[in-house]
Amino acid sequence: MAAPKRGRTASAQSKPGRSLALILIAIVALTGGMFLSGHTTPRLGIDLAGGTSITLKAKADQGSAINKANMDTAVDIMNRRVNGLGVSEAEVQTQGNDNIIVNIPKGTNSKEAQQQVGTTAKLYFRPVLATEPSGTAAQSPSPSASSSGSSSPKPSGSPSSTASSGQKATSPGSASPTATATSQGRAVSDALKADSTPSPSASSSGKPSATPSASPSGGSAANSKLQAQYAALNCAKATDRAKAGKNAKPGDTTVACGEIDGNWYKYLLGPAAVDGTEVKKAQAVFNTQSAAGWQVQMTFTGSGAKKFADITGQLAQKPDPQNEFGIVLDGDVVSSPVVHEAITGGQAEISGSFKQEEAQSLANMLSYGALPLSFQEQSVTTVTAALGGEQLHAGLLAGAIGLALVVIYLVVYYRGLSIVAMASLLVSAILTYVIMSLLGPAIHFALNLPAVCGAIVAIGITADSFIVYFERIRDEIREGRSLRPAVERAWPRARRTILVSDFVSFLAAAVLFIVTVGKVQGFAFTLGLTTLLDVVVVFFFTKPLMTLLARRKFFANGHKWSGLDPKSLGAKPPLRRTRRPAGPAAGSVDPKEA
Amino acid sequence: MSKLGNLGARLHRGEISYDFVGKRKIWYGVSILITITAIVGLAVRGLNMGIEFQGGAVFTTPTKMSTSVAKAEEYANDASGHQAVVQKLGNGSLRIQIAGIDTGQSDRIKQELAKDLNLDPEKLAADLVGPSWGEQIANKAWEGLAIFMVLVVIYLAIAFEWRMAIAALVALIHDITITTGIYALVGFEVTPGTVIGLLTILGYSLYDTVVVFDSLKEQTKDITKQTRWTYSDIANRSINGTLVRSINTTVVALLPVAGLLFIGGGFLGAGTLNDISLSLFVGLAAGAYSSIFIATPLVADLKEREPAMKALTKRVLAKRAQAGSDEEVVEARTAGADADDDAAPAVVGPRNQPSSRGRGRGRPSGKRR
Repeated sequence: MAAPKRGRTASAQSKPGRSLALILIAIVALTGGMFLSGHTTPRLGIDLAGGTSITLKAKADQGSAINKANMDTAVDIMNRRVNGLGVSEAEVQTQGNDNIIVNIPKGTNSKEAQQQVGTTAKLYFRPVLATEPSGTAAQSPSPSASSSGSSSPKPSGSPSSTASSGQKATSPGSASPTATATSQGRAVSDALKADSTPSPSASSSGKPSATPSASPSGGSAANSKLQAQYAALNCAKATDRAKAGKNAKPGDTTVACGEIDGNWYKYLLGPAAVDGTEVKKAQAVFNTQSAAGWQVQMTFTGSGAKKFADITGQLAQKPDPQNEFGIVLDGDVVSSPVVHEAITGGQAEISGSFKQEEAQSLANMLSYGALPLSFQEQSVTTVTAALGGEQLHAGLLAGAIGLALVVIYLVVYYRGLSIVAMASLLVSAILTYVIMSLLGPAIHFALNLPAVCGAIVAIGITADSFIVYFERIRDEIREGRSLRPAVERAWPRARRTILVSDFVSFLAAAVLFIVTVGKVQGFAFTLGLTTLLDVVVVFFFTKPLMTLLARRKFFANGHKWSGLDPKSLGAKPPLRRTRRPAGPAAGSVDPKEA
Repeated sequence: MSKLGNLGARLHRGEISYDFVGKRKIWYGVSILITITAIVGLAVRGLNMGIEFQGGAVFTTPTKMSTSVAKAEEYANDASGHQAVVQKLGNGSLRIQIAGIDTGQSDRIKQELAKDLNLDPEKLAADLVGPSWGEQIANKAWEGLAIFMVLVVIYLAIAFEWRMAIAALVALIHDITITTGIYALVGFEVTPGTVIGLLTILGYSLYDTVVVFDSLKEQTKDITKQTRWTYSDIANRSINGTLVRSINTTVVALLPVAGLLFIGGGFLGAGTLNDISLSLFVGLAAGAYSSIFIATPLVADLKEREPAMKALTKRVLAKRAQAGSDEEVVEARTAGADADDDAAPAVVGPRNQPSSRGRGRGRPSGKRR
């Protein structure tokens, strides 16, 4: 094979320092980035850190197909649920087409999480008895003040009667005033938000907050206890949130939290008036006529319509903020529109300055009440912290032993050359570690046990690239070349072999990553990553380093310990000049070089 | 330098050369025999599928358990109503496997077990698997395997040629069959970890094969322009030339896996590490074997069927017969070098010799550097 890339090798030879500098800069930059980002260790998976991992598989349900949109909604809702338990580290991801993985770190009540995750959600409409900001609200102390219905004039139409609010509920046909419609409110938020911004809307009268928390109606003993609970509730604390209202029965009065724009508000909520299952359908629509922007339209079932009419009729009479109803999903208030009118007729709209996604998301929650799909538990893995630590320890130990064995073998076999191999392995290891650390926050990469295995197996693949190259160099030396030309001539051939074989290895990793599920994926990811890094390291580190070292006497003169001693490699020293005259059959082919 | 270094030099010079291709029939036979054994093993004994594939639960207790295995088994049987299997692991913890329970029951069983074993339920690690999950993993793995095979055959057909692609595929199937066969025969438990290991063999087995093919492609580029060697001869030399590398690669690949196996088996006793490394270990060994003894000879076999190669072989043989006397001179001259390798005279051609001779003639000037 006539070294085809002569030009390039020549240039590579002339500037080995540049590649080395490049990769060193890259390492420094990445490491610096790692320290700056504060993620100096790779995120550990459940099996190493301890925790619970639940795998769910979607089952197609009454007409709802398993598609990306539905899966995403489900992930959204599950995320809300598990993180509502009081840990914000829980992680919900889709995997493959129809699986959802829920990872819950240790320290959480895994049993509860497990129950929460797959069950159909509980969505209720509850009257708001009191509400106020709670938690980090960096915002103006503007209190509850659901922008109340000042202006909302009532519409004529039959099913009519609007409720206006930050998000106001209106009945659709109503000629209801577009003016009010503009008040703000976010999908996951509630009307409260409205007053913190100078809303142009008619509403937003900015009620004094302190009061609204005042006594809810029935003042029984139980209620006073709830009052205390309400007063003590600090929604900024995850633990408080986790407790708030999660186990409330529909008939109970309860406390709950809701988040608007990063600020928490707490609520005291009455018994559920309407059940989520009584929402027949909800959809986000863009209202072009009233300039209300994105709205959520709800249609209730027969019984739901009646109940909704009742409750809205009651609420509309109440003072602020008790004219709000909270839409409570799994114990969290996702929205709390103000009602101004009894909404009869089974149809209602919630408007506010929704963005499209917000409207969509609220509509999803309303219409599914819960998960758009039903799920079946595929596997539940609970790893105790002790076991996780042990597995991590074992994995690291196995890696260390494997690495040590490889290094010993390389030293014995390649002697001086093994310095190159070890330095390259080191660079490879640093890059792998840093990139894994950075990928944790970036793409939620978590190092699990199979991934550790992948990395250990990759030691072999990486070391093999050096072996391919070293063997080529030795072959060249055996042919009688001195080291420097040998290093250059060996490179194009070694390079091709390395690329071809790494490509195959990467292909395997990529296919596995895309196609498979579960643990296999973590393994494939590390294998693919390390294979890529192997190519980078060989090209930008090993080769230039070899070129540089070839200039050193120790190697160039073939010192006994350099691993490149022509004599012990079996080259016949006086090589070039003393070739025997060509024999008769002097292969017109030199298979090696032809 | 080490013995292997010398071996490398001698292999390089062609002083020693093992006739892999010439004796391929033997190796085909061996492989067919092993494969048949593997298939029979699979058919008769079947694979010992782990809990993950049947559905069930695996509980792992903390270390330093005072409860005996028999006692724990009793507890587990009582709690679950199913036959439980309890193992004591290397680190002193107990591994309790109960097949056939679904995820709904397992929670209750966990609580009961924890009570019986005097443990905080939170300290009992549990792995609960519904029966369809393992199936899903396995199905996806097969899917991945199929896709990978198709892609790799396409790739190899483009990068090399279709014969090599086919030979590599045969070698790959050979490796996987043997590995699963060994699992069936020995009765190792098959877990998702095993599947991972098996899938990695894909990449690795081919990796090895690809290196030999690369060298073969390189060496046979202008094969029709000479009459000294047949394709098989050169194929054999490729194997011998890359033999040291193959050995090194396999050793270097096996060492970390051995580390995993040692730690996984000795320290943790069971689990993902062990499962992955065990199947890797078996598969890597099979992979190294097949790239040398199966893949390359198979390419040679396929290649020799090509008309151009048939013609070449004829020419080479004719030339050898005709130039017998000349050859003898050559043989005599190189006899010293060949002394230890009379076994395979057909392949002897000293390896560095032609390269030196080729140098002067018809070589682009740039070649000399």
